[in-house]
Amino acid sequence: MTTEIGQGITVTKTGEQGAFGGELLTINFGPHHPSTHGVLRLIVDLDGEQVRRLKPVIGYLHTGIEKQAEALRWQQVVVVTDRHDYLSPPFNNLSYALAVEKLLGVEVPPRANALRVIMCELTRISSHLVWLGTSGIELGASTMLMYCFRERDTILDMNEEISGFRMHTSYIRPGGVMADATPRFLELLDRFCNQMPGNIDEYEALLTMNPIFRSRTIGIGRLPAEDAKVLGATGPMLRGSGVPWDLRKSMPYSGYESYDFEVATSDLCDCYGRYLVRIKEMRESVKILRQALDGLPDGPVNIDDRKVLPPPREELETSMEAVIHHFKLFTEGYTVPAGDAYAAVESGRGENGCYVVSDGTHKPRRVKFRSASFVNLQPLERMAMNHMVADMVAIIGTADAVLGDVDR
Amino acid sequence: MGVEALAESLGQNILTTTLGKLIGWGRGNSVWPLQFGLACCAIEMIHTATASVDIARFGSEAMRASPRQADMMIVSGRVSQKMAPILRTIYDQMPEPKWVISMGACASTGGVFNNYALLQGVDKIVPVDVYVPGCPPRPEDLLNALMILQERIKAQGITPRQ
Repeated sequence: MTTEIGQGITVTKTGEQGAFGGELLTINFGPHHPSTHGVLRLIVDLDGEQVRRLKPVIGYLHTGIEKQAEALRWQQVVVVTDRHDYLSPPFNNLSYALAVEKLLGVEVPPRANALRVIMCELTRISSHLVWLGTSGIELGASTMLMYCFRERDTILDMNEEISGFRMHTSYIRPGGVMADATPRFLELLDRFCNQMPGNIDEYEALLTMNPIFRSRTIGIGRLPAEDAKVLGATGPMLRGSGVPWDLRKSMPYSGYESYDFEVATSDLCDCYGRYLVRIKEMRESVKILRQALDGLPDGPVNIDDRKVLPPPREELETSMEAVIHHFKLFTEGYTVPAGDAYAAVESGRGENGCYVVSDGTHKPRRVKFRSASFVNLQPLERMAMNHMVADMVAIIGTADAVLGDVDR
Repeated sequence: MGVEALAESLGQNILTTTLGKLIGWGRGNSVWPLQFGLACCAIEMIHTATASVDIARFGSEAMRASPRQADMMIVSGRVSQKMAPILRTIYDQMPEPKWVISMGACASTGGVFNNYALLQGVDKIVPVDVYVPGCPPRPEDLLNALMILQERIKAQGITPRQ
C-alpha cells in the first residue's frame, strides 16, 4: 500500500510484521531537527526502536548555485562557490580555480600554491572542529563545542587578517590568490601551529577514552571497506573504513607532493574509527601548516597575465594600457578557451570536484560540483540498518554532511 | 519597631513601577531563541553562543529545539522555496508573543542568489522585527540585533502586537 505523505513523497507500507511482533512504523525525522546538521529530512521505517529502512529526502537548501554560476562572469563565480559547502570555502574556490586554470593553461607561482595549501589546511581543521563540537553535543559531551569553537575563532581571525572576511574568504581565485599574506598573518599562523597540538590533546583527553563516548560510537554505524567503495564514499568516511585514499597523496595538486604527511586511516569501520581519522587529520594538517610556513617561497602570488588578473594599483597611475586592461576586466571579464575540465581536491569531507564547460565566452556554459557530502549520504542507510534511533544521530553526525553542499 | 523606622526601611526596598514595564523587563531579558540553523549564518549563530561572544550575557543562551518553547526565531541563512512552508509552520507553532530576526543577506533579500530556488526575503512569509546585514554577519552583529530587539520588547510591555 502506497501512501502520499505530502510534497510528492510516498512511502510504501508493506504491512509486514517486525521481529518483535509489531508492525513496521514509518516516522519522519527533520528537516527541522537539532541533530540533522542542517535541514536533512529522513523517512525512517522502524521495527520497535530499530531502523529497518531509511530514505534521505534532500533539497530543502537548494540554492541554484550551479545555475546561478552560468549567469556570472568567470571571476564572479568564485563568490558563489564559497557558499555551497559553507564550512570549507577555500576547497570550493580551489577546485573551481584549478578547473579554470586547466582550461586557461596557466600555472600559478609557487608562493600562491603554498598560500593555497595553508588556507586549505586551516579550513580542514576549522571544518573538523565544527564536526567535533556538534557531534560532541549530540552524544552528550556539550563542553566540546566551547573548546572547539575557541580554536575555530582563532582560525576565523586569521581568515579575516588575510582576506578581510571571517567565513567566505573568496581567497583562492583562478590565476592565484587574492592578496599576499600579511606579516601579522604569518605571526598568528606560527602561534597557531605551536598551540594547536596541545589543544587536540585536550579534545582527546575529553573524548578518546571517555566510556560514554566510546559506548555510543564503537561498533555503531559499521561500513565495511567494500561497501564504502561501492557506495562512493570519500574522505574520512572511506579512510575510516581502512582505505588509504586521499587525493592529496593519490592525485597531488597545488604542490602537495612536496609535503611530508601521513594519510590517516582506521580499520575499525565504525563511528569511533571515523572520529580517530578526523583527529589524526587535524594533527597532520598542523604538520603541513608548519612545513608550508617554514618553507614559504618568495615571489609573486599571481600569474603575470593582464588578460586574466587586474594590474597592480601603482601601474594604473602611470600606464594607459593598464587602465584599459583594468576597465575591460571589470566590465566584460576575461574569456576562457572552449572546452571542458574537471579538477578535484580533498576537502574535509572528501572529494570536492568541479567540472566546468566553456564555450569560449566570458561566462561559463556549465559549472557542476561533485560534492562529497551528497555522495556520503548514500551509505547512510547501510550504516543505520538495525541500529537504534538514538544511534542514528551518531551515524548522521559522523557522515558529516553539510546540507548546503548536498543541495547546492 | 517605630512607624518612622518601618517607613524608612520600606523606602529602601520597594520599587514602584507599572505592570507593563515589569513584564517588558522580564520578557526582554529572557528571549529564548529557536535553534533553527539553515545555512552559513547558522555557524556564526553558534559562534554567538560560544565563549568568546557569549550570548548568555543577554539571557538568550537557551536555544530551544522545540518551537513551543521559543520566543524568537533567528532565520539564519537562505530559505529555499521548498523550505518556506516548513518555516511558516514552525513560526505558527511558536506561542505568542514571538519575534523574528532575519539574519544575513539571503534571509533578508535573497542576497547574491537572485534565482528560481530561493525565497527573495523571508519577510514574504513571516513578519520580521530586525534585519541583520552581512554574508554572514559577524557574531557581534547578531548580538547587536538582539539588543535592538530587547529595547523594543521592553518598550512594548503588555500591549498586544499590532
